[in-house]
Amino acid sequence: MAAKRSVIPFGPQHPVLPEPIHIDLITEDEKVVEAVPSIGFVHRGLEQLVTKKDFGEMVYVAERICGICSFGHGYGYVKTIEHIMGIEPTDRARYIRTLLFELSRMHSHILWLGLMADAFGFESLFMETWRLREKILDMLESATGGRVIFSIIRIGGLRKDVPDDILKGFIPELEKVVEGIKSCEKVFLSDPAVLSRLKGVGYLSKEDAINLGCEGPFLRASGVDWDNRMRGYAAYPSVDFDIITSNDGDSYARCYVRIQEIYQSAAIIRQCIEKMPQEGIYVPIKGFPNGEHMTVIEQPRGGACYYVQASGKKFIERMRVRTPTFANIPALVKTLQGCDVSDVPILVVTIDPCISCTER
Amino acid sequence: MRISKSPWLLHYDGSSCNGCDIEVLATTAPRFDIERFGIINTGNPRHADIFLCTGGVNSQNQDVVRQIYDQMPDPKVVLACGICACDGGIFKDCYNILGGTDTVIPVDVYVPGCAVRPEALIDGVVKALKILDEKNEKMKRGEYRSLTSSEYAAKINGDVKEAGDSEGEEKTDA
Repeated sequence: MAAKRSVIPFGPQHPVLPEPIHIDLITEDEKVVEAVPSIGFVHRGLEQLVTKKDFGEMVYVAERICGICSFGHGYGYVKTIEHIMGIEPTDRARYIRTLLFELSRMHSHILWLGLMADAFGFESLFMETWRLREKILDMLESATGGRVIFSIIRIGGLRKDVPDDILKGFIPELEKVVEGIKSCEKVFLSDPAVLSRLKGVGYLSKEDAINLGCEGPFLRASGVDWDNRMRGYAAYPSVDFDIITSNDGDSYARCYVRIQEIYQSAAIIRQCIEKMPQEGIYVPIKGFPNGEHMTVIEQPRGGACYYVQASGKKFIERMRVRTPTFANIPALVKTLQGCDVSDVPILVVTIDPCISCTER
Repeated sequence: MRISKSPWLLHYDGSSCNGCDIEVLATTAPRFDIERFGIINTGNPRHADIFLCTGGVNSQNQDVVRQIYDQMPDPKVVLACGICACDGGIFKDCYNILGGTDTVIPVDVYVPGCAVRPEALIDGVVKALKILDEKNEKMKRGEYRSLTSSEYAAKINGDVKEAGDSEGEEKTDA
């Protein structure tokens, strides 16, 4: 006998979600046959603020697109404006930006590991990962003065320099974080109870990942070696790193890719500190931006596009952002089809959803 | 101060940038750890005593915020976490933002900051504890009932003239 269809609402207020998203799960018994997402709970309409804030102030608005990847959003906007205005930031500014970007990536990925642990019901592992994350936040705070919103970046460089002795102090701290993540890795990647929740859950094939336009670790976990950092911006061409991929395409692979990226980010930061040039951090800017440009950078969640259109006035004409979570939602809907109702929280968390980015 | 109860928290994102949300979670994580006092972050409005609302409230979210507030049992305290929840903050001029949390539900404690720091949040929760105790005492005497969100809406729109203060309705027994 065919099971009766019923609709289970998921969200917008749900214990597993730090942010509101609503998904209607159409189920037959315990199987989800269809998932219909509806978004808009965090839409602020900040792109329209370009009419009220000038192009310099918009850096701070861009940082507040999202509190987790705040540095990346500020950087993406600044990079676009700098390209339009033909400004080349100094080498030291480029290295410090790369370093802060990678610290943000580490804090974002560790945060994700904690949320994942929370989603499969391992509360002490959540606490352990968030304890490690505080060390990263301490580093960011000593460098910039803020824990999650930094406001250190500006058009032409940085607002303040990070002294060398603070940067040198990062190396032993990073060692401790990497040690801690290694002990967590044992639980995430080899504990039988955790494996039973992750292995084979939410499989996405390589073809589907490409066709649905996935981004970031979600794409790389399905075996596609695509990382926008390889396009060469900031100090990435001068540091040595590889693209981390996995061919499994399930939740376990996404966990694996993100854990490896934490180690990789630590290695990039170490290289940045070793190669840190000694010079100024700011190039003065003249006039107003005139022209249009689009930039793609690799955020912790994947590629994010920034488009700016300016016409030589104090206020730019248009700013547009395309964020990675938006690109990952079609694939999320695909992986939700055919899964168990009990796996829905895990699958929603595996794309590392950042609703604030998506809806702006 | 003496903590007589361990209130449970409920967190909801009005429409913030996420910065305050992760700081709310960090407040319960090991560094700041208000869970050591039994102040647990719960997911269920029916179990919650303190409502932590982050971010300004947008058009689509206002009904959800109202609904969560109405589902919480009395006595309840609402904390506006971060400058956006206090008055709209940097997003005040956005077309989709109605304003701070107090545009839809009554707020007891305002905790500013962008993003709000966990230390400030702990201070806010401690202030909320005192308010919670006071409301509890009044409730036992039958002198207090918190406003529902629709009553609050009527009050701020000026439809009903109430002699009560901005903190909440003072109901006297007839």
